Order: sequence, then structure tokens, then C-alpha cells
Amino acid sequence: MRVLETGNHFVALAVRSAGVEVVPAYPITPQTQVIEKIADLIAEGEMEAEYIPVESEHSACAALISASLTGVRAFSATASHGLVYMHEMLHYAAGIRVPVVMANINRALGPGWNIWCDHQDAISQRDTGWLQVFVSSHQEIVDTVIQAFLVTENRDVLLPMMVNLDAFVLSHTYMDAEVPSPEEVKRYLPPYRPRWRLDTRLPVTHGSVVYPVDFSETRESMKEGQENAREIIREAAKGYEEMFGRWHGDLVEEYRVEDARHLILAMGSAAAECRVAVDSLREEGHSVGLLRVRFFRPFPVEEIRRLCQDRDDLLVMDRNYSYGLSGALYSEVKGVLYGRTNIPVRNLIMGLGGRDVTHQLIERMAVKAWKGELDDITWADSHSTKSHEITKEMLGRFEEMLD
Amino acid sequence: MVSFKSLPEEELFLAGSTACQGCPASLALRIAFKALGSNTILLVVASCTSVLQGSYPHSAINLPLMNAAFATGGATASGVVAGIKALVKRGELEEEPTVLMWAGDGGTYDIGIQALSGAAERETDFIYVCYNNEMYSNTGTQRSGATPIGAWTTTTPGGKVQHRKDIAQIMIAHRIPYVATASLAYPLDFYQKMLKAREIRGTKYIELLAPCPPGWKFPSSKMIEVSRMAVQCGMWLLYEHEDGENRFTGATKRMIEGKVKKKPVVDYLEVQGRFKQVLASPEGKEAERMLEEDVSESIRRLHGWVPEYI
Ligand SMILES: Cc1ncc(C[n+]2csc(CCOP(=O)(O)OP(=O)(O)O)c2C)c(N)n1
Ligand code: SF4
Ligand SMILES: [Mg+2]
Repeated sequence: MRVLETGNHFVALAVRSAGVEVVPAYPITPQTQVIEKIADLIAEGEMEAEYIPVESEHSACAALISASLTGVRAFSATASHGLVYMHEMLHYAAGIRVPVVMANINRALGPGWNIWCDHQDAISQRDTGWLQVFVSSHQEIVDTVIQAFLVTENRDVLLPMMVNLDAFVLSHTYMDAEVPSPEEVKRYLPPYRPRWRLDTRLPVTHGSVVYPVDFSETRESMKEGQENAREIIREAAKGYEEMFGRWHGDLVEEYRVEDARHLILAMGSAAAECRVAVDSLREEGHSVGLLRVRFFRPFPVEEIRRLCQDRDDLLVMDRNYSYGLSGALYSEVKGVLYGRTNIPVRNLIMGLGGRDVTHQLIERMAVKAWKGELDDITWADSHSTKSHEITKEMLGRFEEMLD
Repeated sequence: MVSFKSLPEEELFLAGSTACQGCPASLALRIAFKALGSNTILLVVASCTSVLQGSYPHSAINLPLMNAAFATGGATASGVVAGIKALVKRGELEEEPTVLMWAGDGGTYDIGIQALSGAAERETDFIYVCYNNEMYSNTGTQRSGATPIGAWTTTTPGGKVQHRKDIAQIMIAHRIPYVATASLAYPLDFYQKMLKAREIRGTKYIELLAPCPPGWKFPSSKMIEVSRMAVQCGMWLLYEHEDGENRFTGATKRMIEGKVKKKPVVDYLEVQGRFKQVLASPEGKEAERMLEEDVSESIRRLHGWVPEYI
């Protein structure tokens, strides 16, 4: 079925096609349309699921986990403050090994209340054990949400998965995309068969106290789940391609990289803007290509090492910042390249809190970088604004008052 | 009437628990399991109960059990109840299990009140039991919203200066179909309340006073005695709330009806080390008076007035 919908509604439609049975959720801009659509689908009898209108995101994630432990397929969606409010439960979900899927609509964190796009929310959940994928088109939303269940439910993975899509740029824009029907998806994604569950026929204790003598192995097995996911993501994508004719299975998507001397690396919808930049830089005679990181976890370690061999340099764009260090992607990339190649790597911080990411700025920054005119880390789109002048004036008045 | 002889013999709380001697939570679990039977899913939030069940890979609890995060009691139950509904829709469950959420007073009065309130408002079909030892025992006896005025804890070293909350009343205000209190000194009363809760649809809230020997500082052999004294002095009132009505039960009923005399609160305070300091202090009499007033206020709230013979 080909439909014209918002990114958020595509999430909901994919969730219905995936045969999700329980959806606990709490509203937050810009995620609300996802859960409103799901509530509507259920109310209209078009989707058979239990919707739990919980009283917080912490509870949404708690109910997501416990519903999954009963042996049913469960999904939730959130964004920004909602995601970080879940933080404890994100760890819990991965630790108790439930294969749940959650959409996160990437939005900045306050204060400086800001509902617009950046990746600070997801980046700050880096070490929770979740698989994290960042999509960059409406079609990829649909296909990735459906594939996510096959990946997480795989017995060699059994870790939760977060499907990240950029606020507004993807969540609220209309595009047309193909949505496989629930019947079609059933042939791709069989009904969920848990490996264990809360079942009175076999009373087992879950999540009990684990002493140091056993603990490390539980964490190592989570690590293995992430490592296994690398191949399982590809397999799930292959099966999907065979059935539906579309491929989304790379941890890193390449664009015009084959002969490129320079590389740009980005994540999420900004990668689309980077493509435009690559095209026009190529027209000007620059040899440049783009790496779009799809999976932040598991991180594309081997791919990035391979793709960065014998290049002149790499420019990493981050829509987030790890305070006291650098952009998060930048530090991950440098970490995996260390000792493998001495390619110079520079960091562009841009597009925070929904600031427009334009291909013109990317092009300007890229050329500067290649001329050696950029520092290691550049806040590419920062500039003084009228509001900053007003703040300065207020600070002056505070100084007078408080002195 | 049930009698001890008529209780099911099957033990779902097995040997090998790592609880302290005289632990009220363990005895309460044992009785609750007898009432609910083996078709029960047990959920436990962080508390002494997370620890007393034993550690991986052993468990003293012979029910499917999920240990949940501290704040999530109501929400974890909501997810399980929704999952069960989905399984019933699939036709995979012949007999719906009872969902029992087991939490301490910290997990109920303090960090878990939001999730519990949400679950109650959504009319989630489960039994919530709060075993109230009036402190955070698991982390070494800190204060909670259930700690009574005057009581020593590690974070109220001079004695708590605020009153405890009346959470059962807060649950009644949610208009849930069943709220009850219980005491280990009256195990059949507790048992019957659990049986009743099992038959009612919707959110059931049962709170049990759980005198904790190391936390309250009394000998472990006196756990039942201290439980009984709490009821006899009115610091712990036994009642049920059903169909909009409060009904006193057991020893509390006899006390309200004037059939037995209420004992002074101070008798109950004196058998516990945690009130020693406040009783010996210049404010001792005032604390005693405030706790007596707390009892009167609780009776007034449930009964409308305090009979003159109390
Ligand atoms: C979010 C969070 N904060 C703090 C803790 C530490 N903690 C575990 S149990 C507990 C106290 C539990 O008190 P209560 O609910 O009264 O149960 P009890 O230990 O008295 O049985 C605390 C503070 C935790 N597990 N999670
Ligand atoms: S500290 Fe108290 S509640 Fe905790 S296990 Fe010991 S006796 Fe039981
Ligand atoms: Mg307690």
C-alpha cells in the first residue's frame, strides 16, 4: 500500500503491520502523532493491541519491559526529555533482555526548552545496551521499524532497539512511502515466540540479585548480543529486500565514496543535506564522498576502518555534543580509527536545537577543512544573535543590583 | 470461617530465603501465596523482598517472578496485565493468572506513588500489597513517608519530626474497589482479605504493617507481639474499604465497638528501640501526645468520630 503520510504516522502504520500487541506510551512533542495514530487505529478496530496511557515515560518503559516479559510483542515511542526520563529503565530493558522496539523522535534537551531536532537525547543513552539506528527517509522509517522486531527478537540478539528519526524534518513532513500490510509482514516476521517468559507453568525468577561471581558474564552476553546484531541486521534486511524489494541493511551507507579523497560522515536526516553538498562539491571538482552512519549501536567499527583507508581526510558532523570532549560521533570515529590509519579527522558541530543544516554551510566548511583552516572541533553555525545582546544587558543589570 | 487447618498445605515460599530472623515480609509472602495459589504472577520492586528471595541462580519463591525497578510498581503491573490480555486474545491462556505486585513502604509512599496512582486510575486489574515496615530497611533503615513521628532512623537521627502519610486513604480517594489493611498478628484476617482481593476485578490495595526487628530494634522473637501491640494501641487500624464503605475488622472492630479497651500508644513505643531516644528526651511526652492524636485522627477519618471510651 503506497500512502502519503507524516514520518510519525509511518511509524504507527509500521507498528500495526508488525503485529504489535501492547503499546504503553506517554506524549511528548514531537512524538505525539505516533501514539495518537496508534490509539486511533486501535479505537477504530484496525489494530488489535492494548494501549496503556501511562502517567510518565519511566512508567511507559517499565510497562514496555514487563509486557514483553509476558511473551507478547511490545512497542513504545518517545522523544527528548521523555527518553532521558526513561534512562534507568533503558538499562533495565537491556539488562533483562527484552526484545522491545521504541521509536525516538530526536529532539534537543532543555533547559533552553527547545522542541526541535538534535541528537543529544539518543547520544546520551549510548551505554544502555540498546541497538540504535538513525533513519533518514520516510520509507526507511517503515522498513526499519518492521525489521527492528526481527533483529531484536533474534535469539542471538535479544536486546531492545531504538529507531531514531529526526524531529520535524522526518516526524512531521509528508512523503509517500510503501507500507506492507499486516498480512504481508506476517510472512516476513512470524508471531513473537519468546525464549522465556513469566509463565505459571514454569515458575522462574527474573532479574534477581547477581553476585560478582556471575555478573560480568551477564554483561558479556549483552556485548555478544550487540556483536551478533551486526550480521543479523544484514540478514533481516536481506530477507526484507527479497520480499519487498528495498534494501536497508548497512551499518553505514556510502554515497560517492569509491574514488573519494575526502570523506564527510553524518547521521540522520542531515545526511540528505550532505548528499547535496557532496554533489555540488564534486561539480566544482572536489573528490568527496559521504558516509551516513545508520547504526550508532552496534557501531560500524570495521566498516569505518575499511572506508577510511587511504583517504586524505575525514570531516565528522555531530548534531550533539559530549561536554568536555567533542561531538559524540567524532570521538567514536577517532576511537575506532586510532592505530589503524592516521587520517586527519575534524569535527563540525552544527544543527543543534533544530538550527537549519544547509548544504552551503557544509560545503564552505569542507573546503576550509581541506585547506587546513579549521580547528579540530568547529562550532560551524554559531554566531552572535540579537537575543545574546539582550542577555548581556540583563547580566549587566544583575551585576549592578547584586554588587 | 477459615481456620489454620483449612489453609492450603502447598508452600510457594520455599526454604532457603535469605531474610533476617523474624522477618515480617517473609511471613507475609507465605500467607499471601497460600491465599492466591500457584496461578499467580509475582512482581517485586526493589526492597528487602528483592534480596530475601535468594540470589541467582536460586530462588525461594516458587512463582513466576519479575523483579522490577524501585519506582515502577504500578507500571510494571500494568504491562503484565496488558500482556495477559493480549495472550487471552490470542487464545493462549486458559486461566488468567492473578497479578500480585509486592512493594515496601518506600516503593509505595515515596518513589512509587506516581506509578501506583496511575495504575489505580487506569483500573488495572491487580493486587498491590505494600508491606510497611515504616522505613527503607533494605538500604539500612532510612526514613520513609510511612515513618511515624518521633521514630529514629538513620536519616532522622533525632527522631522524625513530621507525621506519616495516610496512603490507604489516598488509595481510597482513587475509588478503587478494594482497600484493606492487615497485621501479621491476625494472619487469618490477612488471608481472608487476600482471598477477597483475588475475586474482585480492578485495582486492590492491601497494606500490611511489617514490624522489622533490626530496623525497629526489638528482638526477632517479638515480631508477632509487636504487630499485635500496634493494633491494640490503634497505631495500626485493621479495616476494609469496599463499595464506598469503611468497615473495621478483627481486633480493631472490637476496639471501636468498645468490646476491648484501647491500649496506650506508649506501651507499644516502649518495646521498640527506635522510640527510645525521643521518649527519654524533654519532647518525649509531646511526641507521645502527637502519636495518640495521630491515632484519633486516623479513627476519625475512617469512622467520622472517636468513641469516648477509646
Ligand atoms: C531508583 C532507585 N533509588 C534507590 C534505590 C535504592 N533502594 C533499594 S531498596 C530501597 C529501600 C526500599 O524501602 P522499602 O520500599 O520501604 O522496602 P524495604 O527495604 O523496607 O523492604 C532503596 C532506597 C533503588 N534501588 N532504586
Ligand atoms: S531488614 Fe526487616 S524487612 Fe528486611 S529482611 Fe530483615 S527483617 Fe525483613
Ligand atoms: Mg520499608
